Amino acid sequence: MARRDTPPRWDRKMQQRLARGEAAALGELYDRFASLVHGLAHRVLGDEHAADAITREVFARVWENPESYDPKQGPLRSWVATLTHRLAVQRLRTTETAALAQDGTDDTDELERKVRRASVAARADYIVTSMPTPLRTALELAYFQRRDYRQTAADLGVTADEARRRLRLGLQLLSTAHDTPGTPPAQGGTR
Amino acid sequence: MNSANPEPNDDQHPPRIPIPRTSIEDTGLPLPTQTPTSPPPPPLILEHRVLKALLGAWALAASSPEETAAVEDHLGDCGACADEALRLREAVGLLHPPETLDLDPALRTRVLQACLTRRPPRIPVPSWATPYDAETARLDALLQDIGDAEWHAPVRLRWFDGKEPTSRRTTVAGVIAHLLTVDGLVAVTLGLEDPLETRTDTPTPAARTEAFWRAAHFPPTRSVRGPWREQSHNLVRTVAFAGGGSGRLPVPYGDFELPLRDSMLDRAFETWVHAGDIADAVDYPYEPPSPRHLHAMIDLGARMLPSALAARRQAGLAAPGETPHLVPAGTPGRSLRLEIEGLGGGEWLIPLDSPGALASPDREVAHVALDGVEFCQLAAGHVSPEEAAAGQSGDREAIRDVLFAAASLSRM
Repeated sequence: MARRDTPPRWDRKMQQRLARGEAAALGELYDRFASLVHGLAHRVLGDEHAADAITREVFARVWENPESYDPKQGPLRSWVATLTHRLAVQRLRTTETAALAQDGTDDTDELERKVRRASVAARADYIVTSMPTPLRTALELAYFQRRDYRQTAADLGVTADEARRRLRLGLQLLSTAHDTPGTPPAQGGTR
Repeated sequence: MNSANPEPNDDQHPPRIPIPRTSIEDTGLPLPTQTPTSPPPPPLILEHRVLKALLGAWALAASSPEETAAVEDHLGDCGACADEALRLREAVGLLHPPETLDLDPALRTRVLQACLTRRPPRIPVPSWATPYDAETARLDALLQDIGDAEWHAPVRLRWFDGKEPTSRRTTVAGVIAHLLTVDGLVAVTLGLEDPLETRTDTPTPAARTEAFWRAAHFPPTRSVRGPWREQSHNLVRTVAFAGGGSGRLPVPYGDFELPLRDSMLDRAFETWVHAGDIADAVDYPYEPPSPRHLHAMIDLGARMLPSALAARRQAGLAAPGETPHLVPAGTPGRSLRLEIEGLGGGEWLIPLDSPGALASPDREVAHVALDGVEFCQLAAGHVSPEEAAAGQSGDREAIRDVLFAAASLSRM
């Protein structure tokens, strides 16, 4: 994707345009974030129709209240991802609770486990798409292409040491998906 | 493994279940001289620092067997590394192949519409610009999915030059360059930057495209996508600010003009047609536009038919009208009923004698029925007028002239 503007500038301008009520800005917002939003919602809910509904809801909220995003708090992209995550988990909890009530069972532990699993999976997706490209590429080579770390190093034109470092750091970042929201992300350093 | 499956050709015997393989050591045969695990490697002795650095590769099963053994040995003695190893192994479980979930292109329109109902826009996109907005978004989604090499896949641009089908060879990236340059005609009208840096004598779509291709030092690559998408977003934004009244602004195409509102429809149509060319070249499916947008595109074609007919008549390519003189403007003349079937279809009465004549149901001399997508393929020059699958009745010459006029709406 072409990124002509640096993200903070694009984010700020986008917010101003949305606040001004520019329908064209809404279209551009959708073009940039729809696949992220839909993908995360689908990861949590596992259902195309429900993911469509969350997508509609996320964009409607941003469009209706663009001022609720504060550019100083971070990129628009992560704000949109957080909103999507929250709405999707909420919906999952609602539908699962309704399903439990219908079965007459009251297994809230199982419900919480399911919600947590879906939530972690979605957070992991987001972490993978947002991590620095060199780390993601190394993980992809090692995991999906089944290259060992020496081959990974050769493919990337880096030293074996560097390939090992990238694989470990990539996994360390990914493992923060298990942390409960609110805890700071892993430092990514060594102990 | 399917070793327990019954053998299909061996029905006298019960299903054959292979006996467990005996170990080679029990057969009395000599051991193979070289097996992957023998001779057993001397255990690796590595320091804590090195072992810790290996944990990521180990968790991904991307370390050598000797290193793996050394790491696992170490995990029994070192609590810190064991903790991290567990954490990284769990993280590996979170990796999964990216889902190739194509977003339903119709979702965009539904989502935007839902938003705009909840909060009406202060600066709306004029309705005549929404087909362009939707088609450029659809094409961009297709481009998102294609690989680096596919940008160089050959594409043949096809059109009808008035007499016969014509074509020009380019690549996927070349097609996007073509769209960028021709959309640039609208950009220039709106006071935006011209993507074409060189001048052309007659700024026709074809001349501008050839000039753009010539001026590039290298064949176009996927890098053309960014400028094309930026320009298409800017066009939508600019016409929204200019407002619905700007629809009458004339957009010059070198040898003819269209009002902006029709020009934006024409660009939407071209974007769809060329997206179809690209999709064919890289073997992806591609659907027609939404029925409402398709209808607007067909309507534009139908409205352009009378002048296309007149131009062909002037060039001696179509039969002269009923009288040697044009029917006076505003009077009823011979008409052809164009019936477009399928989603986005409708009926149009085409005046045959002159662009200024009134179409009249009383003077209907012929009736043509075509599927909407087939009509668009004809108007794009992708189907020849002789081969267009059209139901027809009435004046054969009038039908032939209209089908040829439809094909001659196409250009590079």
